[in-house]
This record gives sequence, C-alpha cells and structure tokens, in this order.
Amino acid sequence: MPVGDLAPELAVLLTAVAALLLAMALPQRRHGWCAALAAAGLAVAMGIAWSQAGAARLTFSGTFALDGATTWARLAIPGLTILCVGMSPRWFSTDRRHGEFYAMLLFSALGAMAMAGAADLMQLVMGILLSSVTGYVLAAYHRDWEISLEAGMKYFLVGALANALLVIGVVLVMGMAGSTDYATLAGAIPGDPLTVTGLALILMGLFFKLGAVPVHTWVPDVAEGAPVPAAAFLTVIPKLAGAVALYRLVALAPGIAALPILVALVSAATMTLGNLSALWQEDVRRLIGWSSVSQTGYALMAVAVAGAVPEALPALLAFMTVYGIANILAFAAVAQLRGLTDIEGYRGLIRSQPLAAIALALAFMSFVGIPPIAGFLGKFALFLATLEAGLAWLAVVAVANTVLSLFYYLRVIGPAVFAADTDPAARLGGTVLGSLWAALIVLLLTTVLWAAGWAALPAGLLP
Amino acid sequence: MLTLAVLVPLAAALLLALAPLGAAAARWTATGSAVLSLLALVSVWAGGGEGFRAVTEVPWIPTLGIAWRVGVDGMSLALALMSALLFAASAAWPMQLEGARAYYAWMAFLTGVSIGLFVTLDLIVFYVFFDLSLVGMYFLIGRWGHGEAQHAALKFFVYTLAGSLLILIGIIVLALNMPELTFDMRAIIDSPPLAAAGALPGLVFLAFVIGFGIKTPVFPFHTWLPPAHVDAPGPASAILAGVLLKMGTYGLIRIPLQMMPETFARWALPLAILGVISILWGSIVAFAQENLKRRIAYTSVNHMGYTVLGIAVAGSALGSETARQLALTGAVVEMVAHGLITGALFLIAGAIWARAEDYHLPNFGGLAGTAPRLTGAATLAAFASLGLPGLAGFVAELHIFLGAFGVYPWLAAIGLLGILITAALFLRMLRQAFFGDLPYERRGFTDLTTAEAAILALLLALVVLIGIWPAWLLALIDAAAVIPAIGAGG
Repeated sequence: MPVGDLAPELAVLLTAVAALLLAMALPQRRHGWCAALAAAGLAVAMGIAWSQAGAARLTFSGTFALDGATTWARLAIPGLTILCVGMSPRWFSTDRRHGEFYAMLLFSALGAMAMAGAADLMQLVMGILLSSVTGYVLAAYHRDWEISLEAGMKYFLVGALANALLVIGVVLVMGMAGSTDYATLAGAIPGDPLTVTGLALILMGLFFKLGAVPVHTWVPDVAEGAPVPAAAFLTVIPKLAGAVALYRLVALAPGIAALPILVALVSAATMTLGNLSALWQEDVRRLIGWSSVSQTGYALMAVAVAGAVPEALPALLAFMTVYGIANILAFAAVAQLRGLTDIEGYRGLIRSQPLAAIALALAFMSFVGIPPIAGFLGKFALFLATLEAGLAWLAVVAVANTVLSLFYYLRVIGPAVFAADTDPAARLGGTVLGSLWAALIVLLLTTVLWAAGWAALPAGLLP
Repeated sequence: MLTLAVLVPLAAALLLALAPLGAAAARWTATGSAVLSLLALVSVWAGGGEGFRAVTEVPWIPTLGIAWRVGVDGMSLALALMSALLFAASAAWPMQLEGARAYYAWMAFLTGVSIGLFVTLDLIVFYVFFDLSLVGMYFLIGRWGHGEAQHAALKFFVYTLAGSLLILIGIIVLALNMPELTFDMRAIIDSPPLAAAGALPGLVFLAFVIGFGIKTPVFPFHTWLPPAHVDAPGPASAILAGVLLKMGTYGLIRIPLQMMPETFARWALPLAILGVISILWGSIVAFAQENLKRRIAYTSVNHMGYTVLGIAVAGSALGSETARQLALTGAVVEMVAHGLITGALFLIAGAIWARAEDYHLPNFGGLAGTAPRLTGAATLAAFASLGLPGLAGFVAELHIFLGAFGVYPWLAAIGLLGILITAALFLRMLRQAFFGDLPYERRGFTDLTTAEAAILALLLALVVLIGIWPAWLLALIDAAAVIPAIGAGG
C-alpha cells in the first residue's frame, strides 16, 4: 500500500500519540512541552503536504482523494490548528492535566483531514466520527465548570443525532446505489426518493460539522462554554473539512436537482438565523458563535452552485480560509482578554488594550466583508460564483444579511473605540500573543497575496 | 502621478497612526498630505489631454480581471481637485480635540480614499474606496461627534453599507456580462453590456440607483443624512457633504449612465422625478428646521436633487444633444460648487458650535455686530447656495435648468420652485442668526480667527471665481466627452 500518500495524516497521528505519552511522563508544570511537540508535528505535516501538492490521484483503493482540495485542507487544517495550540499553554496553566488536550486536538485535526480527503462514504463516516468524538472532549475540557460541561453535552447530543442520521444515510445510499466508492458513484447515483433521502441524511451529518441549520444549536454553546482555544478550534477546523466533504458529495450527484436547492435553502436559513440570533447578544463569545453560524450560511452559497460554475470551488476554499483565519483571530483576542464575555467589558478597549481591540475590529470587519480586508475578497468570490450561476436571490439574501451583521459587530467595536471609560481588562499574554500576531499578519497578507492564492486553488475535484 | 495623489495621504495616515506626533504636527501632516495630493492633481490638469489621461495600470488579480487602474477624465479630475482642496481646508481648520493624532489620521485616510475613488478606473477598486469612505467617516463621527454621535454613526454606516452592497452586486453582474470577465471601467464604457431590454438590466439599474441614491442621498433614502450631519464635528460634516455625497452622483454618472446607457434612457424619467421630489422635499423640510446644521443638511438633499435631475436629463436620450450636454455640465458644476459652498457652510456651523455649543437658531441673533467676518462669510456662502447670479451655484443651476427645459419642461418648472424656497430659507437663516438683537448669553461671541477666516476666504474666492468666470471649469469638465457614450448607445 502507498503508505507515503498519507504521510501528512500519519505525521499528525504519530505526534498525537507522542504528545499523549509525553503528557504521561512529564510533571504537570512542564505540560507546555506537549504544545511545542504538537506544533512541531503539525508543521511537519504541512511541510509534507506541501511537497505532495502536485498529486492528483485516488489512493488506498480509491478511498482517499489526493487532489487540490485535499492539499488545501492539509495545509489549512494543521496551519490553523497550530494557532489554536499557541493559545493553549497559558489558558490551561491552572489545569491539572492539559498535556492530553494537545493529543485530543491532534486527533480531532486528524479526523478533519480524513474527512476532507474522503473519497468513500465509509471513509467519510470514519473521519466525521473521529472528528466528532474528540470534539466533545475538547468542548468539555474545563471539567469542573458547568458551562463547559453543558457545551460538551449539547455538542454530544446534537452530534449523536446527526451522526446517527449520517450512518443511516450512508446505508441507504449504499443499498440503492450499490457502492460507497465516490469513483463508482460519480454521476451514477439514482434519483429515486430513497436515495435522495439517504443523500439528504448524509448532508445532515455534514451540516452538523459545519454548524448549519437545523443542526447548528451546538455552536453558540461551544463558543461560550468551551475553553477558548477549543472554541476557536471547533468553530473552524471541522468546518473547513466539512465544507470540502460537502462539496465533494454535492458534486457527485449533478443530476439530482434537489440537492443544490436544499443546500441553497439551508444556506439562506443559516445566515439569517445566525445573524438574527447574534443581533442582541450580550455575551461576546456567544456573539462570535452565532456569527460563525452565519458565516457557514455564506459558505454554503458556493456549495449550492457546486459544479455549475468554475469559480464555485475556489470561492468556497478561499472564503473558508479567510473565515478560519479571522475567526481564530477573534478568539485569540478573546483569549488575550482571558475569555472576557460581557459586552460591557469591551467598552474603551482601544485605550486599555489596543492590540486586542484592533485584532477584534479587523476580524469583525473581515466577517462583514469591508474591503480591502481579505474577508471582502472571500465574499466577493462567493457573490461572483452565485451570480454567475444565476442564484441572484441567494446573493440578495446574503447582502441583506451582511447589512444586518454589521449592526451587531458594531455593537462591540463601537463602544470599544468610542467609549471614554477604560475598565482595564485582564490579559493573558505569553504564546497567545504569538497566535494573535500570526493570525493578524496572515489575515493582512492574504489581501496582498490573493492573486497568487486564487490562481493556485483547484477548480475541480477527483474523481 | 494619480497613484501618488492617493498614496501620499494614505501614507500620512499610517504615519499619524504610528508616530507619536503632537496635535499641531498632526494637523500639518494631514493638511500637508492633502496639499501634496492637490499639487499632484494640478500637475495632471496642467498636462492637459482628452478623455482618460494619466492612466496607470498594475495587475492585482489578473484571473478575475481586477487591477489597480487609475486615470481621470475632466469630470473626475474636477471632482478630485475639489475634494483635495476641501480636505486641505478641513484638515487645516483649527479644532480643539481630544485624541487629535487619531482624528488627523482618519482625516488623511479619508483624503486618500476619496481621491482614490474619483481617480480609479477599476470597478472593484472603486468599490473598495467606496466602502472605506464609510469606515473612515464612521470613526470620525462616532469618536469626535457630539450629542447622539454613536447612534448617528451607526445609522450612517449600516444604511450606506446596504447601498454599497447593492452596488457590488450590480458591478459583478455588469462584469459577468462582458465578453471576458473584467472590471476595467474603460472596457465596459466602450462596449456597454446588458443593452437588451428585459428584467435583468432593469434590476441592475435599480440596484445602482438605490445604492448610489442612498449615498447621494435621494428622497426617500436620505434619512441617515440629518443625524449624521448634526452630530458630526464641523470639518467632518464639510467632508461628508462636500465630498462623500458626490461619490453617489459621480457613481451615478460613471456607472449606470456611461455603462448601461440604453437602460438609463428607459428609466430617465422616473429618475428625474425622483430628483425633483428631492429638490422640493429637501427645501421644504429644510425650511422647517430650527437647527442650523439640520437646515444646511436638508439643503444638501435639495442641491443633490438638482444634480440628479441634471444627470437624468443628460441620460434621457431625448431633446437636443446640446440640452443634454448642458444638463450634464450643470450637474458636474453643481457637484463642485456644492462641495465648496456647503463645505464652507458646515465649517461656519463648526465655528458657531465651537463658540456657543448650540445649533438652535432662535437662540441666536445679532451676531453681525460681534462677529462681522463670520457674518460676511456666512452671507456670501448662503447667497451662493441659494443661487445668486455671479456665484458658483447659479452657474450650475442655470445649466441644469436650461438642459431640463429642453427635455422635461414640466419637471423643470416644478423644480424651479425649489430655488424659491431655498432662497427663502437661507434669508431667514441669515436673519435669525446674524441680524436683530443680540441675546444676552451671546455677548462673549468672538469673531473668526485669522486662520478660520483665511480658509473660508479661499473656498469662497473659488465660489466667486466660478461664478464670474466659469469658462475654465466648463472646459475642464468637457461634458461632450461623456455624452457621446450615451449618444452612441441611445
């Protein structure tokens, strides 16, 4: 078997095991070493993925696609996970055991990478389950804080339902179409009601990972209750992988018109619900959670036009990249403020903590799509793809939502900049600053490097 | 050279954001960058030429047809020159500020962004600057405004972002309908897409009219304007009225008029009616205001109504070509004149606020005795604004109405009423504020300082110059160069 084809995934797996063993051997105050190990392992995975970037073939008996989208996921997922790792050591410094946290983080990232590359329904289930099961643990990692446990429990309950539906869906599709292999399924999925139901159920499993309606309810709770590094991870990494997996699946069945319509409707519902719920949120972490729901809604616009226009896949990947960077930047700012939740606490932040305030403002402006911040270019690509495919109504819904979203982002940014009273907020510092600066610089650089990145994004998928 | 005119103020903004300068140094940095920008534009003007000149192009995202393209024709050069001058005046305007460095940084940022908007030839770059102007103004109003400033800033931002996103949708549809995806304005103007009749061009046109209409603002999309103006600091109001509103009407000419002339001609009459409603609504509502700044703000709705009427006439494809050229010339002159005149009026309002912290007109009176220079400047600006012959406003309105009578005589006749009401409201304002008895609490009201007087004198001298010798401005604008694009299509 061509083991080398999975070298990036293996690197993450081995690092996870090594981190687990190291955490067992090290005394508690040295658990920060596990973070360094995890970051190094992820960087190695990125390096290997970069060296394999040109590949375009199915591997492991057709269960894993080595193509442009997989390469993108293999770079984006470990890259952004490193930033989450960077937020962790200080955050968990009072935790008795946090070495295992990095192992969990790596296993979860591995699940996401497996999900993104899956070219077989069974492989997809494996990826989703690995990513989910570890996700529950990450969300509830503050073991003696009720809100964190509640977040983990909610995540688990919604996840259990969605994953059960996913497996039923896979069984239905396998039974009706006679295969789980994407290469066999491509264009050959029958359009009978049972198969379409099966596909819809699989989509439900992916919507859960993406935090889309109707299985989005875990997102605000996780954003609020999970440890901030875990919240940053869970609102970004599974979404990146889920977006690619969803796109692969929708692109498999170009003949079934119901799928794009379903995705378009879910897209409109998700962005609208996410924005409306964020509108009067008093808890900034929940607000970011709801905003990330609405961002999923935008991303689904590209999936709804999958295969119809050449810009669809690049638009999806570009948008998700920028979303991931900006969301991690926002959470890094929150982590730097020691997880400050109350919106009142952000008043006058520009004077007491200019760096965190500017980072938060840039991340939010990127979510809105204020040019020339990269978020604008991502949204522009989405609009371009949607309008070219003729889904103008969806673009108009997205416009209305963008205007709506500006309101609640400004509810945080406005007082942070305008208010005169300065309530000196606590700060975390340490490697959190490293993550914050890295995300900030990468976000700004993305605008400059957009042309090269856009040209490098794949227009099509395997098989 | 044009790139320099954009980058110098932006670099100044960055410098102001990072370097620990004092308030005076910050003020001179912002003013100096605007002046340098103005000099760069003047050198382009002195270079002369026809059509789009001083063109530079640097690729940005070639696969999507997006590039840094700059170049000006007469219309955009005139507007850019006016903007640079008004920014220099507003930045130099003496202010007592807390956080002065940040204020001047945003001022310089807005200078670069606004000039960039007028000189760019790429639709996406245009959109970028269009949105950035909102960001800059949001922070200026919210941080340094008074009263309900944060609320006004929020309303301004949300309202105008809605408009700008509609414009973005329209821009993308325009570009997608080109034979090859491009956002190059020149290419789209040369071969306008979406020429056929049908629902799509109509909808795209509607998106542009609403989007630019909000920014202009045209009735019924003007409701964000009065609070934004009233609560903004004086120089920010001057910029908002003098420069930012022009982005709406400039966009209306550059994009729908030049890039979809057939559709524009089909919808010119409703647009002209909208313009006339704005003229009347703006003047009537302004007449009813007791707040000095609200009154000036509503006259902006009125004046932009003239501009929209002129633009609608120019794109109507009806009447004689001369009439349409006259109307377009008038519209552009109105933009320049309104920028200078209303800029001056808002600076005067800022001077009054700095001395009295009050805009309520009945609380004033008899200022002519204690502040003769202020009275002189205000009187001249008010007369210019109401369209007294010999001043810039008259030249603009004369052209617009001459053109409009050739195309939509009835609308023009109704629109003339607006001039009458405007005259009445400005005369009443002058009487309330400057003549009659001086209230006791205004005894200590001081006259304009030398710096303030010099800045106003500069702006008003230009108003007089355009009024008595408009030929140089008309030659610069060269409306005939914009019109053939319409003639060819219509």
